[in-house]
Amino acid sequence: MQYKSQAVAKPYFIAAIGLFVGQILFGLIIGMQYVVGDFLFPEIPFNVARMVHTNLLIVWLLFGFMGAAYYLVPEESERELVSPGLAILMFWVFLIAGALTVLGYLLVPYSGLAEMTGNSVLPTMGREFLEQPTITKAGIVVVALAFLYNVGLTILKGRKTVVSLVLLIGLAGLAVLFLFSFYNPDNLAKDKFYWWWVVHLWVEGVWELILGSILAFVLIKTTGVDREVIEKWLYVIIAMTLITGIIGTGHHYYWIGTPDYWQWWGSIFSALEPIPFFMMTVFAFNMVNRRRRNHPNKAAVLWALGTAVMAFLGAGVWGFLHTLAPVNYYTHGSQITAAHGHMAFYGAYVMIVLTMISYAMPMLRGRSAANSEASQVLEMWSFWLMTVSMVFITLFLTGAGILQTYLQRYSSDPLPFMVVQEKISLFYWMREVAGLMFLIGLVVYVASFFVGSRQPEATAVVEGSAA
Amino acid sequence: MSQAFTKAMARNIFYGGSVFFMLLFLALTFDTHTAWPQRDNHENLTEQVAHGKRLWEENNCIGCHTLLGEGAYFAPELGNAFKRLGGADGIKGFIASRPKDGIPGRRSMPQFNFSEDDLNAIAAFLKYVSEMNTASWPPNIQG
Repeated sequence: MQYKSQAVAKPYFIAAIGLFVGQILFGLIIGMQYVVGDFLFPEIPFNVARMVHTNLLIVWLLFGFMGAAYYLVPEESERELVSPGLAILMFWVFLIAGALTVLGYLLVPYSGLAEMTGNSVLPTMGREFLEQPTITKAGIVVVALAFLYNVGLTILKGRKTVVSLVLLIGLAGLAVLFLFSFYNPDNLAKDKFYWWWVVHLWVEGVWELILGSILAFVLIKTTGVDREVIEKWLYVIIAMTLITGIIGTGHHYYWIGTPDYWQWWGSIFSALEPIPFFMMTVFAFNMVNRRRRNHPNKAAVLWALGTAVMAFLGAGVWGFLHTLAPVNYYTHGSQITAAHGHMAFYGAYVMIVLTMISYAMPMLRGRSAANSEASQVLEMWSFWLMTVSMVFITLFLTGAGILQTYLQRYSSDPLPFMVVQEKISLFYWMREVAGLMFLIGLVVYVASFFVGSRQPEATAVVEGSAA
Repeated sequence: MSQAFTKAMARNIFYGGSVFFMLLFLALTFDTHTAWPQRDNHENLTEQVAHGKRLWEENNCIGCHTLLGEGAYFAPELGNAFKRLGGADGIKGFIASRPKDGIPGRRSMPQFNFSEDDLNAIAAFLKYVSEMNTASWPPNIQG
């Protein structure tokens, strides 16, 4: 660790991992409710558990992004953070607000939570992923502004690199677009249209800038490839992201009361959205192949390569699968969507946060570059367990989705929703088993932080030639 | 990437491309606003419908159901529920008759204890949604 203030990243990463565990436990609950319908009913109804599952995901990824920024920005800017104290204060504000919100979901009926928090003053609740009470949303804005002030000023006062600039554009975009979560008109078409300005323009827009920037940072550090080369790649990748992704929003505007021309705009541009992800894969493998040194943190390099591959598969390939309007007409809002959502979020955003944690955590815990061999071996086991499990979760949901689409939408004698759900329950059982495997992988991941702490650091294998 | 393609060129593509497509997106957004009056069924957007939408939100219905294909995939699509369940009475009857403790072994909807006014508002909201122009989606009555 080159700068003292980078240490503020550590609590952010620990909170991220803790909430990740919570997210997976609730994922297993709702996976079970898919097949045993009355599981935990009426104490924890499906809608509550799902809300906890998705909201924890968003919150822990935000913790991860913020931790990543606090670690990365001082090193890129070659100076201490403007205010480490503010970063720690905001950590506690965000953690407590997040914990209170989740407790509210679990302990109070949702309508009661809406009443308690004065939703009628400025109604923003009850829309997918934006279920947080309005006051929680206001808290998120406060935390985001304090965070942007802190990293923004640090960047402006220090060395300006492409990596930190792209990160800042991504984070600023994240904060600005979140403001659309306060716009909730009675007109459902308008509500849905602008809801996507938060959801789509986050995950298929500005979050990809954050992803690209973190990936570029880790690759610079672990491969020793010239910064100029990596920054050129970064620019091209994020250029393609926004060129395809902004109009690509149109793939959500096919069936929600918006003009039919969105079927053309959305299909064409979102069909191009895999390109930046494919470039990211080529980029990551290229840089690792051209490495000037072997970094002793092999686990971090594995996570970085894994991110590039899984983001392309989950976001790129599984996204393309159902993005063309004539296909989407049948698959819209089916288990195909769920399959894509799972692998895309895991491959792109979960894995990039885990990449950064893998790279930074050894230094934050006092190592000079890497964990011990034993710890890394365990971490790499967790990589494979979680990643392979997620591939199977995705495949089982895809199988369920294809059958659902056929039986309920495509065949000449369409069956009712619940009849179809029962017919495809085998796939939901298999998904739940894969989910349990994922949990085992996560336990191994957490264990890797506690194993081999007293053993010496792993050292890089010296190769014959340093080509 | 080749040497002839410089970092400055890549940067210009990023800024130029992003700004261009942002402006194009705003133009399409503007056009969508002008097209909405023909499609969004706003003429039937009454106070009662707005109340129904608030109830829809404040009970987190989207946490199980989809509405025009968006939401959770645990329970049936409701964009066309007004037609599928045979109008307001079908919807009100279904919601009101949910058993408090669920149905053993099966997925069940919670009992929300809505008043008659609330039930009417929810039915009105689902009627309004079912009359939006959604380019013939969903493909059939099963949603």
